Amino acid sequence: MKKAAVQADHNNPVISIRGLKKAFQDYAVLRGIDLDLYQGENLVVLGRSGTGKSVLIKIISGLLKPDEGMVKVFGQDIAHVTEDDLQKLRIRIGFSFQNSALYDSMTVRKNLEFPLVRNKRNLTRGEINTSVETVLDAVGLSQTINQMPSELSGGQRKRIGIARTLILNPEIMLYDEPTAGLDPITCIEINDLINEVQQRYNTSSIIITHDLTCAKQTGDRIAMLLDGQFQRTGTFEEVFNTSDSRVKPFYDYNFIE
Amino acid sequence: MDNTQSIPKHTNKRLAKLKQSLSDFFLTLYNINKFILRFFREAFVPPFELKEVVRQCYEVGVRSFTLISVTGFIVGVIFTKQSRPSLSQFGAESWLPSLVSIAIMRALAPLVTALIASGKVGSSIGAELGSMRVTEQIDAMEVSGTKPFKYLVCTRVLATTLTIPILSTYTGFVALFGGYLNVTQNEGTTWTTFIQEVFEPLTFTDFVASLIKSIVFGFTIGIVGCYQGYNSNKGTEGVGKAANGAVITAMFLVFIEEVIIVQITGWFR
Repeated sequence: MKKAAVQADHNNPVISIRGLKKAFQDYAVLRGIDLDLYQGENLVVLGRSGTGKSVLIKIISGLLKPDEGMVKVFGQDIAHVTEDDLQKLRIRIGFSFQNSALYDSMTVRKNLEFPLVRNKRNLTRGEINTSVETVLDAVGLSQTINQMPSELSGGQRKRIGIARTLILNPEIMLYDEPTAGLDPITCIEINDLINEVQQRYNTSSIIITHDLTCAKQTGDRIAMLLDGQFQRTGTFEEVFNTSDSRVKPFYDYNFIE
Repeated sequence: MDNTQSIPKHTNKRLAKLKQSLSDFFLTLYNINKFILRFFREAFVPPFELKEVVRQCYEVGVRSFTLISVTGFIVGVIFTKQSRPSLSQFGAESWLPSLVSIAIMRALAPLVTALIASGKVGSSIGAELGSMRVTEQIDAMEVSGTKPFKYLVCTRVLATTLTIPILSTYTGFVALFGGYLNVTQNEGTTWTTFIQEVFEPLTFTDFVASLIKSIVFGFTIGIVGCYQGYNSNKGTEGVGKAANGAVITAMFLVFIEEVIIVQITGWFR
């Protein structure tokens, strides 16, 4: 499905990153990142494996602490907020993990209910059921409600993982390699779902991937992460219309429709 | 004179290794203390995960029930059988029920239960949380604004702390029953006489000490299993290490605590 044009609000960054640095032991993964994510846009972060793409969104969600620099989410510096404020911020951020990270001891229903009942404790059973059914319907997997995660396919697990984040109505979505390990048709379905989520839930998203088809189908803007910094940022065409020897092979070795 | 030149190279290496090991040891100790403090900070503050605590209590009980029943019974039979020759040398077989009850209620029941639970429950908690860490399920709970520590750690530690004393009491009675079968077969003692002789030497301090011991053992097994699993390294190897570490560390600590508690209760007798 071709991505519908989305008008991002460029005066309203929901995430603002300045001079972000992160190293593991002696290896500097992020070496001074500057980035803005605007309200309503899908930003794709492209880069080779091990370049720190996942580290970036883990810092945004507060799972990792930055070594240096500032990461503001909805105007709050994520590294310096209190535990309670971080908790509140996290409810507004949805994180879709690379391997879905479904709770394998719980059914799909319990997986979806888990964040909901713990964050909104005054909901009635009827309201919980409605929320679960709505998000399952949004990802097109209503029939799996009583299944265990082990009974689902890779693509279904990804969808349920996305549904679990949608149940809290997040304003920002962080997708970590949403199409990794999936067949091409399922990849396209997941790309369509990402676009649907953007339209239906009015989310701003960061999509981490090295899949150019995913980048092209879902991204309003692409940021190319090389050597720990964003080397090229712009539309898909702007980023890849270059003779830069570090960027070109990335394009050449990928299958583009 | 340069002192470092006079020290052989391999000694320098050993010193550096020792320094590193000591530093790792104290860092681990610090992290465990932080983990325990976090438990007390979060476990008794609402919202409570009572349903999950009950589920975990059931899991802990069910997981160990069969093994504890069999082991408790065998311990009772064997201990009675092995003690008889020594007592018969002094013609004191009639003291057998008293001896068995003191040994079982004061030491064997809590200790055997704790060792079995370390293997069964501790390893299972370590492996379960370790695998949840590896597959990013704990991270997923964290980023969805839920509190994984409260849900995963507090509930399991409370469950082991509450359930192991119950299991320990059960082990004691099963072991006594094993002892009774052996005594009645050899000495023809009746059930009523056996029970009278079993409870005669036991004091209130024995029951309290045994209960406190079981509570401490239960807490240790839970906290060690959770610490190992919750902080396991990435990768499947980390899951195995967490399970193994949970068993070994819990057993080691249980023995140390046994010695300390026996010493302390000795002062009150």
